[in-house]
Amino acid sequence: MGPVTQTDFTPWMSLGGGVLIGISAVMVMALFGRIAGISGIARGVLGMVVPMEGTSDDAGWRIAFVLGLFVAPVAMALIGSPVEQTVSDNLVGMALAGLLVGVGTAIGSGCTSGHGVCGLARLSRRSAVAVMTFMIAAAATVHVLRHMLGVV
Amino acid sequence: MRSLCGFLAGLVFGLGLVISGMTNPAKVLNFLDLAGAWDPSLAFVMLGATAVTFVGYRLAWRQPKPMLEPKFDLPASNEIDRSLVAGATIFGIGWGIGGYCPGPALTALPLLAPGTLAFVPAMLFGLWLGSRARALDILSPKGTTS
Repeated sequence: MGPVTQTDFTPWMSLGGGVLIGISAVMVMALFGRIAGISGIARGVLGMVVPMEGTSDDAGWRIAFVLGLFVAPVAMALIGSPVEQTVSDNLVGMALAGLLVGVGTAIGSGCTSGHGVCGLARLSRRSAVAVMTFMIAAAATVHVLRHMLGVV
Repeated sequence: MRSLCGFLAGLVFGLGLVISGMTNPAKVLNFLDLAGAWDPSLAFVMLGATAVTFVGYRLAWRQPKPMLEPKFDLPASNEIDRSLVAGATIFGIGWGIGGYCPGPALTALPLLAPGTLAFVPAMLFGLWLGSRARALDILSPKGTTS
């Protein structure tokens, strides 16, 4: 969706950012004994607002975690390196994408962080299958949209 | 203390997402576009994150319990069931359309891009809807929920 924006290959920044994500995942395990899955954390926060099945009562640290996420781009802007991003302006498409991401991660019990980072680090067979499945589905979707339908 | 720890963990996670480029949907979509403007950066995000987590988890598990909880609470299921594969497929399609997975979408919310403001509420509604579907066993008629 939206014109294809060229992006630079940033191996070191990406590796460094990945290391921070890993450190955070280890913090959540060492402190709270849990998987740092963002879809699960978001479900926990949501469970405070609307009744939902399978969410724990302990939403406090999860709310604080999400607030920490929010502060990250603000902190980057304050130290003089504002976040660069190109987000599609097709609002219907983005809402559809959000709906699918929400439904899919709830049904599939995890996303890129829970199954991807944490699950693979635990050598979970379920997570390995989930990661392969969503990577293939995502790459196929981009391929169809960009190269077959020409919706770029 | 719990809230402060949660906040710091979230901040480190968010900084990692921002610095790595995951909060830029264009970069994510280019990573997924193998036949086009391929940007392999995100493979390095996964590499860095998974390697640190792999080692760090094993260090954390040497302790008898987490610092702020009575016990470790890890997913017990090892079953590859229909809901896992169906959910991952639906998630992947959404990820391929928008270029956002849940962490980067939430982290980018304060940047107030219109696309993000459309994505996040829909994602939260989807999380609620998907949780309902799971609770009602729609995808696993034989009672194979994980």
